[in-house]
Order: sequence, then structure tokens, then C-alpha cells
Amino acid sequence: MAARETHGIYEIRIHGRGGQGAVLASAVLAQAFVDDGRFAVAIPSFGFERRGAPVSACLRVDRRPLRGLTNIYHPDCVICLDPTLPRMVNIFAGIKPAGTLIQATSAAPEAVAHPPDLATLAVCDAVAIALAIFGRPITNAIMLGAFARATGLISLDALRAALEKVEFRDANLAQNRLALERGYAETRTLTLAPAPEAVS
Amino acid sequence: MNHLSRIIVCDGNEAAAWGVKLSRPDVIAVYPITPQSSLVETLAKFVAEGELDAEVMPLEGEHSVLSALQGACLAGARTYTATSGPGLAFMFEPYVRTPGLRLPMVASLVNRDMLSPQCVWGGQQDVMTVRDAGWIQIFCESAQEVLDTVIMAYRIAEHPAVMLPVNVNHDGNYLSYGVSRVEIPDQAAVDAFLGEKNVNWHVALDPERPMAVDPLTGGADAEGAARFVAYRQSLCRGMQTALAVISEVHADWARVFGREHAALVEEYRLDDAEIGLVTIGSMSGAAKDAADAARAEGVRVGVIRIKTYRPFPIAAVAAAASKVGALGVVDRAVSYGWNCGPVYQDVLAALYSAGLRMPVLSFIGGLAGADLTGAHFARAIAMTRAALREADATLPAPPSPIWLNADGEATR
Repeated sequence: MAARETHGIYEIRIHGRGGQGAVLASAVLAQAFVDDGRFAVAIPSFGFERRGAPVSACLRVDRRPLRGLTNIYHPDCVICLDPTLPRMVNIFAGIKPAGTLIQATSAAPEAVAHPPDLATLAVCDAVAIALAIFGRPITNAIMLGAFARATGLISLDALRAALEKVEFRDANLAQNRLALERGYAETRTLTLAPAPEAVS
Repeated sequence: MNHLSRIIVCDGNEAAAWGVKLSRPDVIAVYPITPQSSLVETLAKFVAEGELDAEVMPLEGEHSVLSALQGACLAGARTYTATSGPGLAFMFEPYVRTPGLRLPMVASLVNRDMLSPQCVWGGQQDVMTVRDAGWIQIFCESAQEVLDTVIMAYRIAEHPAVMLPVNVNHDGNYLSYGVSRVEIPDQAAVDAFLGEKNVNWHVALDPERPMAVDPLTGGADAEGAARFVAYRQSLCRGMQTALAVISEVHADWARVFGREHAALVEEYRLDDAEIGLVTIGSMSGAAKDAADAARAEGVRVGVIRIKTYRPFPIAAVAAAASKVGALGVVDRAVSYGWNCGPVYQDVLAALYSAGLRMPVLSFIGGLAGADLTGAHFARAIAMTRAALREADATLPAPPSPIWLNADGEATR
């Protein structure tokens, strides 16, 4: 199935904790978009990186070449790799009206707090899946599957191919493929408002 | 796109490593330092996996790194290293010796702000501190340009009329770690582009050609003084000759590989512009986007991007500046002595040399990893436009920089 198009630059911000693979997820997604014939730029945030500390990574995608090498302040989509992170980080900072949230949580989508004008809310119990596959809460590949399922902006096949180019440190390719596929299969999406013009 | 090239998705450090690999250096000496580390780790991996036939010397510090490479270069090797910020500072003694020895090395500077306060993030204070040490300084905007420029740098450095070391600069953080689509050129095409190396025809450590290297020179007697002056003049000539060589090499690159990069100065939407922003390095993409946005609202603004900073392309900068009535120069470093940005100083001198007089503002931003966003450039455009409107015969005013990122506000 062909991936859905963005209209103009589409901006994604991935929030996670050090060790969950937010930066790697942004690079894998950039690879998948480029393989799909689009242009993508991924910029990791930086600070005092350490395991467990909040981290984020930005990704821009467009059909046209991208020039700006800056962080993202007004994302169309927020992917949150950790269920407890929204309690300590304002993951919605600057999010555009009619935006999308892809949240790792065991809660039902109806129970997830969100800005009133959010258009799409998807949830995936990524920690439970990660513990089953990796024995550790590495949720990045799972949440990429959730992103593909909830937005349709990238195909599962493109993400599978992008994963094959990664040199994994904490897990192997087979585990990550399974994680991606389970994330895709086990994501529930709630449409809160008509899909915005920008991504229709 | 050349049919033999291929596409990868990688960050600026990996792009630099690919440029090095394709240039086939014989000796790589390294000491890892943030934000350069992943660059030299990638090179070590290429060598370990047999993809690059080079000797990698992990040494105990940057002073040893550059000293070892001087020996290697004098023995005829093509050499490479990369460093950042404090690593460059520790390298300083052999660094200043390299241009005088006319050793055609290539070294990446993954730009990092300088101490103190303690900082590990991007900024151009490191390179600006050594801007007149005699190395050629080239600044890249994108990962693709990093890869292509590293390769071109070898041909520039090793040109018999240049024979000078080249620093290929790419900004720490946004460019060193920013991931994008990069085209990898074909190895055979790069081999043909670079040709046979000959790096020690003029000075060598070679038992077959015994010679004194770097003997004591100068002093008060007239002959010694004249000999020392001759060395200095020769280095200055090499730098000036490099301007034409850099342009030739970029033109040849575009012909062979189909990718055009500005050689000295890039002019963006300048022809009908009333004001211009002057930029350097990875900030330039956001500046161009901001210029497009301002133009959509009727502001005639263009961008002048400095690609080659040393030797400073005085004529090219003046020619670009002559198209506009006011300039805003955005620096990612500070000239403490002049209370402005270093590029601003250079631009003022270039304007003076061409008899141009116009309002020029100094903006300083992006220090220590700070983001330079579209909003910052929009502000620089608005202030430069206001300076044009208020221009009078007393301009340019004494330097007084406008500090972007000073208000602690969210940046867009």
C-alpha cells in the first residue's frame, strides 16, 4: 500500500528517555522516508545524555529538498516512547493545531491527556511488548510501527528495510523487526477531529 | 546523479568519514573528542573492516596527532585527522608549523565553542581563534557538501601552486549529528578526480633525498631577514593562488559529479535584493528559508554565504555586497577585541577595499549549541532593513553586536 503524502514540510518530534532509542528512531524513520523517495532531515537534541534522562529528536520530511538544520518547535506529530515522560516533560510544547500524538501507554486512548485541539491520538502498550521481546523497555522500533499504523505516512515495508541498515548495539535485527510488526499490529488510533488539511 | 553513485542516509560526521575513505589517505592519526568522535570511530571501522587501506594511529593527544602526521606527510603519505574545540587548542604548536612547512594535509574541524564556561557543543569559536594561522578554512552547509568538500580539499591542498593544509569545517551538533540523504560518489571517479598524490616533492624525510627540514631562519642580519620574509611571502602567495584553485576544483567537481557547490561565496536570491544576510556554515539553510519567507511578504532580501573563509575572498564578497544597500552579518563566534563577530570584521574590510559604504550590522548567535532558527533570521532581516531605511553618511556605526539567543525566549 502506498504511503500517504504530506502537504509541505511535515515535522515530527520524538520524546523518550536515554536508552530507549529516540535518536536512532529518528534516523531509521529518515532512512525509510528517503528510501521512499522523499527528503528527510533528523536532528537529535543534545544535553547531558545519560540513561533514563529525557531526550528528544526531530525529524522533517518533504517531497522537496530540506535546507534548515534546526530543531523543531511546532511539530505536526509527537511520538512519545515512554509512558511516564509526559508527567515530567511538556511533550506537547508548540504542537500545531489538529496535531497527532503517538503515545506509548497501557492506558486506553480515551484516558490519555492531550491538548483540546489534537486531531489524532494513537496508543500502543510498547513497554509490555518491549519487555516481552527485549527484556528491557526499548520501545523505539515498536513506536515506529505505531507511527506507520496511525498516520499511514510511511509503509511497514519501508521501515522493515530501513531497520536492516542499522547496526544494533542493544538488540538484534530479528527482535527489532518483531518489535516493529507488533507495534504496527497492536496500535489503537482514536480520531478526535476531521483529519487536518495539511496531511489529508 | 552519476549512475555509479549511491544514496545513503547519514549524519555530517559519517559523511566526512566517507569523503575521507574515498580520498584514500595513507595515514590517519586521531584523538577522539566531542563532537568529532563518531567521525574518527567510523574511519577506524572502515579500516578494521578492510574497506580502507590506511594506518590508523590512535595517539595520546592532539599535539602528538598532528606531529605524527607531519612526519607521515614528509615521508610522502596522504594524511587526515579531525578535531574540535579544546582538541584544536592542544594541537596549536604543530598546527601553526604546518602551513609554513607547506604540508598539504586535510583535517576536519567539527566546530565547537571554546572554554570557558565549560561547553561541549557547537560554535565556531575554535576555528575563529586560529583563523590566521595559515590554514585554508572552508565551511560547509550540508552533509553532502561535507563529503564532497573533504575530497575536493585534497586536490586543493596538494595543488603544486598551493601546497597548504586545509581545514574542512562542519558545525558541531546540527551538522555533525544531523541526519540526511547523502550521495556517495563512485570510487573510480574520485580516484580520477584526485589523481596521483605528490605531497613531499618540496620537503621530505627521505634517506634518498637527505635535507635539513625547517632550519633556523631569520634574525637581524639582512640575508636572514630576507630569507624569512621570502617564506612569509611565499605562504601568502600560496593562499592567494588558492582562491583560483578552489574555484577550478569546484567547477571540475560540478562537471564530473553533477553537484554544484559555491567555491568562495554563494549568492542566494541577491540580484534584485535591497538587503543581504551574510552567513557561514550550517546556519545558512535556515537563513535561506527565512529569506524566502520574507520575500513572500515583499521584502527583497538575499543571502551571501561564505564558503571559503581563509583565504578571505575579498573580491567575491565585495561583488556580492555591491548588489545590496545594507548587510546583516551573522556570526557563530565572537571577536572579543572588536566587540563584534569575526566574519563581520572581514566583511567590513572587504567593503572598504571596494570603496563601498553601507549600513552593516553584526549579529552573533548559535553559540554553545544554541539553535539559530527562522525567527532569528527574520529578526536579522527586519533590523537590517530598518538600518537601510535609517542610513546616513556616518554609517557603518562602531561595532556593537546584536546578540541572538540572549533573551532566553523559545526560539521560534
